[in-house]
Amino acid sequence: MEFFRIKRTIPFMRYSLILNAISLISFLIAVFFLVTRGLALSIEFTGGTVMEVSYPQAAEVEKIRSAIAPKVEGEFSVQNFGTARDVLIRLPLREGGNSGQQAQQIMEVLQVQDAGAKLQRVEFVGPQVGEELAHDGGLALLLVIVGIMIYLAFRFEWKFSVAAIIANLHDVILVLGVFAIFRWEFSLPVLAAVLAVLGYSVNESVIIFDRVREHFKKMRRADTQEVINSAITATISRTMITHGSTLCMTLAMFFFGGPALHYFALALTIGIIFGIYSSVFVAAAIAMYLGVKREDLVKPARKDETQEIVP
Amino acid sequence: MNRYPLWKYIAIGIALLFGLVYTLPNFFGESPALQISGAKSTVKVDPALMSRVESILGSAGIKPDNVYFDAGAQSSSVRVRFRPTEAEQQLKGREALERALNPDAADPGYTVALNLVPNTPAWLRAIHALPMYLGLDLRGGVHFLMQVDMRAAVDKRLETFTSDMRTLLREKNIRHAGITREGETLVIAFREAEARARAEDVLRDSLRELQFREEGSGTDLSLVTTLTPATRKEVQDSALKQNISTLHNRINELGVAEPVIQQQGADRIVVQLPGVQDVARAKQLIGRTATLEIRMVDTAAQPGSAALMVPERRANGVTGQVGLKREVVVTGNQLNNAAATMDQNQRPAVSVRLDEAGGRAMRAITRDNIGKPMAIVLYEKGKGEAISVATIQGEFGNQFQITGNFSVQETTDLALLIRSGSLAAPMEIIEERLVGPSLGAENIKRGFYSTLYGFAAIAVFMILYYRVFGLISVVALACNVMMLIALLSLLQATLTLPGIAAIALALGMAIDANVLINERVREELRNGRPPQQAIAEGYDKAFATILDSNITTLIAGVALLIFGSGPVRGFAVVHCLGILTSIFTAVFVSRALVNLIYGSRKKLAAISVGQVWRPDAAAAK
Repeated sequence: MEFFRIKRTIPFMRYSLILNAISLISFLIAVFFLVTRGLALSIEFTGGTVMEVSYPQAAEVEKIRSAIAPKVEGEFSVQNFGTARDVLIRLPLREGGNSGQQAQQIMEVLQVQDAGAKLQRVEFVGPQVGEELAHDGGLALLLVIVGIMIYLAFRFEWKFSVAAIIANLHDVILVLGVFAIFRWEFSLPVLAAVLAVLGYSVNESVIIFDRVREHFKKMRRADTQEVINSAITATISRTMITHGSTLCMTLAMFFFGGPALHYFALALTIGIIFGIYSSVFVAAAIAMYLGVKREDLVKPARKDETQEIVP
Repeated sequence: MNRYPLWKYIAIGIALLFGLVYTLPNFFGESPALQISGAKSTVKVDPALMSRVESILGSAGIKPDNVYFDAGAQSSSVRVRFRPTEAEQQLKGREALERALNPDAADPGYTVALNLVPNTPAWLRAIHALPMYLGLDLRGGVHFLMQVDMRAAVDKRLETFTSDMRTLLREKNIRHAGITREGETLVIAFREAEARARAEDVLRDSLRELQFREEGSGTDLSLVTTLTPATRKEVQDSALKQNISTLHNRINELGVAEPVIQQQGADRIVVQLPGVQDVARAKQLIGRTATLEIRMVDTAAQPGSAALMVPERRANGVTGQVGLKREVVVTGNQLNNAAATMDQNQRPAVSVRLDEAGGRAMRAITRDNIGKPMAIVLYEKGKGEAISVATIQGEFGNQFQITGNFSVQETTDLALLIRSGSLAAPMEIIEERLVGPSLGAENIKRGFYSTLYGFAAIAVFMILYYRVFGLISVVALACNVMMLIALLSLLQATLTLPGIAAIALALGMAIDANVLINERVREELRNGRPPQQAIAEGYDKAFATILDSNITTLIAGVALLIFGSGPVRGFAVVHCLGILTSIFTAVFVSRALVNLIYGSRKKLAAISVGQVWRPDAAAAK
């Protein structure tokens, strides 16, 4: 069995301009939604209380909502979570502290209404924690970007490292954009998934770049575009099979992992799909636009410099 | 040509054996157990209690599987394990122990908590092979993150310094125009530059924890005093330590099986109570302020009379009764610090520091009562116990020493007891998480099944697509899971639901290395290389790529590990470990298998890596 029976090099780069235009447009759309709508941040970032309550029978969300309304100041939400018998209640931070006891008071009300109500999970996050998390998340993202750029510049060449980072940040923004468009909850595990996706899709670009380097050495007379095309063609089979396998895992998490892993698996799935696309079409193309040459990768670095200094 | 030297096979074999051994404990399940620990800070749990527990259980006709003493870092306990099927013995055992150990039900000295302990066989426990440590989201329980108000701790210390400065300046007859506090600085006002210079000399000499700066001009002069950074840090560290030890004492009362009380960052404390469902009670207990009082001893009081009698704890473990006078001299919130030191004769002593108000009260009472006994009483659960009764040797103020026939250990304990009567700084709960036990069990199930189904799907595909090489890849992947679980068990890293997700993701990503290798081998065959050479070149060429791609992923993982907290950290730990184990299994284990199967055949006509399609062959048809 062999899925990819490729007779000749596929001219991936021929379409690069059109595809990159599409990338740019979708990138701008994602940024637009991120700015206008913003992410639906979970309470881990905003502070507040989340309660998961299970009932012996299907829960009546409306009744629950009206029961707790007098107890809560500000906006709150009650919705089904996973099954019809479980509800998730989100409460805002209460001014002047003491939010910690809110969950208890709400539970008392709910148990008066229905003695079968059982508290499954409570999460309370104070405001100072949330700010820190957002801050740490930003720092982690920065560290990932800088670390990967340094490594790639060291291992390949700066043009590749710039190309890989642009391509993969584009993935991250697109994933965030999708979360903003659908107002899916952006929680800490989702943040972890997004950063893992960043590492994962850089990995993808690296594999293609590795081949590009190899083919530069082998194909002495081919031009840059031909080399890139042949490198992508040679790796496309691996790309599809690997990602197919990884997607098997994330989809298994999505379908069997329950509500706690729902958005985490979703972020990974979307991120991996964008990751394939950007590694194949975006990263290599940007490297090409930046003017990657055979000399950049094949010959010793010292000679490169003298060539650049003397025009 | 594709043969590993023997030592390589042996090394890989040992690594896998090690993985297997450390994975094993996860399959033994858990047994019902009882955990006996001290309910009060004054009760010590020692190996002697173990034999007492054994005899109590024996006389009640209960036969436990095992009784052992567990010396913890912060508190010790005695554990009683029952056979997995004898849960009712566990309940009976608790009843018997409660009755025998705590004759006064209103004032229990010990807590007997129901618990589950892993059934790990002794030989595995001996080599520290334990099951994975499950996070609260998997086994249920409460998690609190407490923020310690460091400003209050610093305030308390500054207050002490203020009174020290007043005393010093008075002793040296240096006139100043008052000491005021502005935020975290103390400002001493002076009218004359000469007085200020002298004051600065004196204070600099005796208060090395402070730094001074001159300000102002004319007759409006001042000396601005702040804590040195080192002192500030010391104040914060000791406040945190004291709060942690106070929390320990309080949580012991809850009888939680394995509480986790740890420092997080510079000013936070994490409290995790696995299995606790009653958040309200846990919170009440954590938030409560235990109290400490210093009172004069009523020597005339007799047991049974109307006088206030409390039990007394003497140095050598003997207990007695002591009568107290009604009047409270000093309360716990007037206490600034207590520490074990040596007195002028180099005997172990406890030095106690009070705040200014406490010092004044102490001075007044000691002036009139030299030679009389005084008691330090610790109130826990509304019951008092005299932790120290000492005779007043002379008049003293806010700083004094308690001496006696103490050993160094006893002074350390006493200082801790005195300190445990008060929190060094108030705390606030800034994060709280409660997970019910049924939800935890469900999370484990979900995590397990999603990993299993994902793995099965990958395995089926790999074997269909790459045949023997696919099978080898799947075996390598299974080894990867095993090594990962072994590492997690060995490191006792907390496994959370995102951690399980990371295991699943690690598998999905680890297969990448094998796909790379298999594709390379096919490619080499396609280019007309003989099978043995194709294997060698396929592995060699793929290795550089595998290393590069894994390092970039590892960079992302490490960044998560550094900055992540809570669920992200749980994910990051497994993610990073998974990358490391996958390099080992995908490259070395799979290569060893390939070498074993194909390496020794001299005339290898074909290898089973699935169909190798050749464009030229297709064109020829």
